[in-house]
Amino acid sequence: MFAITAVAILVVMALALARAFLGPTLYDRILAVNNFGTKTVLLLAVMGFLSGRPEFLDIAIVYVLINFISVIGILRFFEYAGKKTAEEEA
Amino acid sequence: MAILIDIISWILLLAGSFFCFTGGVGLLRFPDFFSRIHAASLTDTLGAGLILIGLMFQAGWGLVLPKLILILLFSAITGTTASHAMAKAALKSGLQPQVVGSVKSESGGAPSNS
Repeated sequence: MFAITAVAILVVMALALARAFLGPTLYDRILAVNNFGTKTVLLLAVMGFLSGRPEFLDIAIVYVLINFISVIGILRFFEYAGKKTAEEEA
Repeated sequence: MAILIDIISWILLLAGSFFCFTGGVGLLRFPDFFSRIHAASLTDTLGAGLILIGLMFQAGWGLVLPKLILILLFSAITGTTASHAMAKAALKSGLQPQVVGSVKSESGGAPSNS
């Protein structure tokens, strides 16, 4: 039961990675990385149950928050340089 | 009773992974960034919620349950806030959403991207 969920999450992570590589604009890549991060959290939780070790859930809690902060950090960084990269790609 | 819990968590886990999968497909197939962010973050919150609730049924009344509730709470709050911040930053940097019927350029489908 957990194995099937873990495989499904891995497939979705592959899809998110595909969007990260394909993504034309900068913000598609940030979105794909954010989606990948939240799927990692789910995979951690499921693997915690699969291997019968509850410590994984602590890592998952930290990873949710770190993922959020990293997305906000990336957006803040590109907010000012954003005008240049957006124009280059358009 | 245990069989019932297993069945419920089984259904929730499969439904959650199905919704996560639809989010992943939507992330790939939608033409424009703003439709992709809609696809990704919407199903992301739902899929994660269902999977975590399915895990909660498996966890039972222990220390694991509050941790799972915390994960669900944080992923619900941060997911939506992050996608809002992304959409705002994208709009601010000049990325216009694709208006109906104006599909010209294939570069993310945002024609007036200057």
